[in-house]
Amino acid sequence: MDRFLPLTALLALFALPIDAAQSQTTERAPDTMAARVLACAPCHGAEGEGTSDAYFPRLAGKPAGYLYNQLIAFRDGRRRYPPMNYLLEFQTDDYLKKIAEYFASLRPAFPPPVPPVDSKEVLARGEQIVKNGDPQHGIPPCSACHGPALGGMEPGIPGLLGLRAAYISGQLGGWRYGTRTAFAPDCMQIVAGLLTEVDVKAVAAYLSSRPAPADPSFAPRGSLPMPLECGSEPH
Amino acid sequence: MSRTSTGLLVGLVLALSPATASAQQKAADPAVIAKGEYLARAGDCIACHTAREGKTFAGGLPMKTPFGTLYTSNITPDPQTGIGTWTSDQFYQMMHNGRFPDGGLVYPAMPFASYTQVTREDSDAIYAYLRTVPPVKQLNKPHDLTFPFNNRSLILGWRTLFFREGEFKPDPTKSAEWNRGNYLVEGLGHCGMCHTPINALGGSKQSQAFEGGLIPMQNWYAPSLTSNKETGLGDWTIEEIVDYLRKGVSAKGAVYGPMAEVVYNSLQYLNDDDVRAMAVYLKGLAQGGPPEKASTSLPSAESSLLLSFGKSIYDRDCASCHGATGQGMPPDYPPLAGNQSIQMVSAVNSIRMVLNGGYPPGTSGNPMPHGMPPFAQKLSDDEVAAVVTYIRTAWGNRGEPVSARQANELRAATLN
Repeated sequence: MDRFLPLTALLALFALPIDAAQSQTTERAPDTMAARVLACAPCHGAEGEGTSDAYFPRLAGKPAGYLYNQLIAFRDGRRRYPPMNYLLEFQTDDYLKKIAEYFASLRPAFPPPVPPVDSKEVLARGEQIVKNGDPQHGIPPCSACHGPALGGMEPGIPGLLGLRAAYISGQLGGWRYGTRTAFAPDCMQIVAGLLTEVDVKAVAAYLSSRPAPADPSFAPRGSLPMPLECGSEPH
Repeated sequence: MSRTSTGLLVGLVLALSPATASAQQKAADPAVIAKGEYLARAGDCIACHTAREGKTFAGGLPMKTPFGTLYTSNITPDPQTGIGTWTSDQFYQMMHNGRFPDGGLVYPAMPFASYTQVTREDSDAIYAYLRTVPPVKQLNKPHDLTFPFNNRSLILGWRTLFFREGEFKPDPTKSAEWNRGNYLVEGLGHCGMCHTPINALGGSKQSQAFEGGLIPMQNWYAPSLTSNKETGLGDWTIEEIVDYLRKGVSAKGAVYGPMAEVVYNSLQYLNDDDVRAMAVYLKGLAQGGPPEKASTSLPSAESSLLLSFGKSIYDRDCASCHGATGQGMPPDYPPLAGNQSIQMVSAVNSIRMVLNGGYPPGTSGNPMPHGMPPFAQKLSDDEVAAVVTYIRTAWGNRGEPVSARQANELRAATLN
């Protein structure tokens, strides 16, 4: 062994600079999900926490099944928003699932709640619908499916906190007018169809005024008795 | 029913559709069907003949053209609404000559001008495969073309100008690998549909084959494959071209825009020999030496201001992935220094990548691609122009500066 030592040392001497040069030219992008989803950061924040733009939602901590359904719907064009449709067009189910699981696992801080600009009456109407619904008009409370803490439920029901009023009313409007749809039976289309424009504004105002939840996690699958059947929340 | 009349009936059915019956016998050979499935991938049939969230091969995908919207057809074996009653002769007639079984003319959005090169044997294999896919009952949507393009007889004129019928003839002076590559690129691959300039009549100019052009309605520029000044592949290694075509990423650059679709639906499924053959052929197409220094169209004082402004944006928003000197971290973060795609005469693709970002396709060789963020909402037109000008001219790159107006116009480009 010993007699090879000088030779080995000599080889190592020559090998080192070559290795160093190679590692410099072959520096690789980080092999992490965070690096892979940097494309999402300008609109959704580096950790999916949301940005100052009121129309782009927080992704972090929403149940993976919900995020996955949205990613698939954007990829296949059922949920329309051209920048999202474009980015996801040629990605596989497996990869979209990993992206969904990644954002579902993150718990960045919530943004400070926006001081409400709406009247006390509007906020009170919003609170009523969120917590108790409007039995007279057949509207179930949001909390029945999205949880008393509004953190959502696995696998397919999203949390409702950390979102801006503009985004929430935009989505409820989309459900009402049929531009946003989900798997049948499409329970959100039914619920949103029962809301008036005033109701939508009130719900959006109330939800966006809520402080960050003490426990930012979603309810386990099947833990909430849902008042109606939803295609995206299979029993 | 008596035995005689049953026999008569069988005889009658056979007599009425002899080719169908014989084709169905052929279709029983799993090797032919498997070959047909592979060739259908090479021809990327699925990309146009399947609508979003639609049933596979049932058609109905709208294709916007400068002449109106065409809707692709149902090519499943449903006898009423698909091609279930077609014979293999009729299928070949469509592929080879662009005519329906009744002799009617096919709009050249169907790339029969390329598919005409496909051999009868390969056409029959694709036919055999298509007979095995689940039949879907879905009527074809009528095309929505503007006058005078809704007159199908105009296709006759187009054919006279741009269509040369003829199966692929191997060049005996070239290797078998080169010939296979030629066959795939020019025939089933129909690469010329985008990479050859399209004239006002929607025809590809054969004299300028593979010289590149702006893809109508999509606002992506399909670069020249013949000029090393664009994406001529003369300076690429075969390995780099193979990676690019099959994985969607390579040490030289990543696929984006409409090419991402081609890799996602077609090229990633091709075997190593075929992709290598395409690479050999494509590399051979490239002519000319390295790019020459571009002459700038902006006054130098203005362009140096633009450059220093562009550098400050680059250092802030781009350098963390693409490197301070544009070296990138290939293959996931493509190099920008020396990247031909950035130095092309047309700046459309560079501007759009900055505005829209993008992901290379998810492929078996690169299942979880890294993505580039869109900067449309972060950067103003002036900033986009400055940073694109910077990457097109820094580190020895020889592209020309771009203006804020060019950046602004592409904000409205169709994304999807």
